[in-house]
Amino acid sequence: MSEETTTEDKGAPSTPPASEGERRRLQEMWATGTEEPSWVTASTAEGAQLMLPRDNASPDEVAEEGGTLVVDDRLFDEDASEEETTILNMGPQHPSTHGVLRLQLELEGEIVRRVKPVIGYLHTGMEKTGETLTFLQGPTNVTRMDYLAPFHNELCFSLATEALLGIELPPRAQAIRILMTELNRVSSHLTWVATQGMDLGALSMMIYGIRERELLLAFFEKTTGLRMNHNYIRPGGVAADLPDGWEDDVAEILQRIPEGMDDYHDLLTNNPIFLGRTQGVGVITPEECFAYGITGPPLRAAGVDWDLRKSQPYSGIEQYEFDVPLGEHGDVYDRYTVRMEEMRQSLRIVAQVMETMPAGDYRSEDLKVTPPPRKRIDESMEALIHHFKIFTEGFKVPAGEHYQAIEGPRGELGHYVVSNGEAKPWRLHCRTPSFANIQALPVMMADQLIADSIAIIASIDPVLGDVDR
Amino acid sequence: MSEEIVTPEQGTAEAPKPVLPPPLAEVTGAFPEATLEESATGQNVVRVDAGRLVEFTQACRDAGFEMFIDVTAVDYRRQRPGPRYDVVILLLSLQHNLRIRILAGVDGEVPTAPSITSVYPGANFYEREVYDLFGIEFTGHPDLTRIMLPDDWSGHPLRKDSPVGSVPIQFKGTNKVQ
Repeated sequence: MSEETTTEDKGAPSTPPASEGERRRLQEMWATGTEEPSWVTASTAEGAQLMLPRDNASPDEVAEEGGTLVVDDRLFDEDASEEETTILNMGPQHPSTHGVLRLQLELEGEIVRRVKPVIGYLHTGMEKTGETLTFLQGPTNVTRMDYLAPFHNELCFSLATEALLGIELPPRAQAIRILMTELNRVSSHLTWVATQGMDLGALSMMIYGIRERELLLAFFEKTTGLRMNHNYIRPGGVAADLPDGWEDDVAEILQRIPEGMDDYHDLLTNNPIFLGRTQGVGVITPEECFAYGITGPPLRAAGVDWDLRKSQPYSGIEQYEFDVPLGEHGDVYDRYTVRMEEMRQSLRIVAQVMETMPAGDYRSEDLKVTPPPRKRIDESMEALIHHFKIFTEGFKVPAGEHYQAIEGPRGELGHYVVSNGEAKPWRLHCRTPSFANIQALPVMMADQLIADSIAIIASIDPVLGDVDR
Repeated sequence: MSEEIVTPEQGTAEAPKPVLPPPLAEVTGAFPEATLEESATGQNVVRVDAGRLVEFTQACRDAGFEMFIDVTAVDYRRQRPGPRYDVVILLLSLQHNLRIRILAGVDGEVPTAPSITSVYPGANFYEREVYDLFGIEFTGHPDLTRIMLPDDWSGHPLRKDSPVGSVPIQFKGTNKVQ
């Protein structure tokens, strides 16, 4: 496909090349059931990005959308003809798609035959923006990608930058980073359990989950000044030391969140309706996880013992004790139990961090990346200039490229940073877990009932800011 | 702006001599033209011919790199001699606890690389994203369409000759909706 065909305006009098135009015309005819073009379909049409009729799609495409490309684990007989199936557009404005995700479902009765995720509605070119910001400004950008796990994004970017700079951090800075990211994992999972419950009809779960999350957000606000998009973890350390009395806040979190989790277990784990809606639904096998790059809780729910905090530890997390919960069947219920146990393990890490919080500086001693302390600015002209230059020009990072991966709440979060020796990255690429997970939705959703698709979307915990970037 | 190539400032960190761990050394042994890249941070980076990407990733997969991680690209416009773009493929081996980064240079008006979707089906969305934002075409891809931007968008925004703010904001179909 050449660039010219994709830029063709549908209403323009010039005729597009036959293949592309024909593809598009058939697509719209098939989706609307009429040859009449109308502005309603034109305004929702995504052209070639939509699902194609079976006859026009390649066999690989049909297998991909039917979720049978890796493992052909179809339960129902495949005898659907075009006349018997319906296309249902779910989203982009749909409360259970967790954002602007659009799914095209080919339904035969109540059974989902094919699924095509259509994404890009939240694409804001953040990788391009990252090239225009200095390494010090970078966290303000990446923190907005996965807005439920801002600390993880900041940490990943900072670790990648520090690897290129070759600087070491003092133990306190590392411990603060672990404290904040593990608390962030809990707050992210709390949002997930709240929405997972709500999507399955347990509306009170939403209120309970958000209630406990509020404790964490209040602590984040006290520490960083903001409830989300903190820009707290930066290359060279963290922005500020922990506030006075932070131990009391963390102790309250450590006490109240397990109490709340007991409520969730009463409400969901012992609830026959919840079990019926989740067990055996949306199964994904380890083989499919590998092929599609599925990491994090969905991979562990499939029984694969893989956690980057254990296998490729970062920021000194190897000194804390915790277990990696595993599932067995890879279904929605296992993803639920894995995440619930992960919250407990994260709180276990937080308790150890609180007990062993080292004294010392909260940022690197390296004067190249660390601005001078505030009181030095009043007495020294050089300190003032240095401070000014760090925040206007930024610091230069040696040429090179680095891929840094950390265990985000949704899976492997990786930042690939290419520097050409300037103060801004030449290229910033973010490997986001939600993007990979969304891609595997057909594997989990095809051949299931349409009501289960809601449970499956919630179970991979997508954040569309993370998908589209 | 001049067309001459700007050589980037060399890294000050002492780059360790690249030595590949055993499972990877076996893979690269079968590909004599594959070269090891120096990595300032000690990661495993291999450069292969774009034409042999499928064979190489297949060999990696057979050697235990079961997990697909990422496909992306970098535009080195005026940064180096040789091909302008690098296609970057990241793979992970759970059994060996190893990562590999595969680079392949591509060039031309319409840069073309083979699709690795036949080896790793997960590359599907990632290659669509690279096609959309860099204009690199992947031959053998089952469904190579734009993914982030609308179909009627012109240009590829992550290319370096498409600077921020240079394109007037495009809204799709505004003249059709009353």
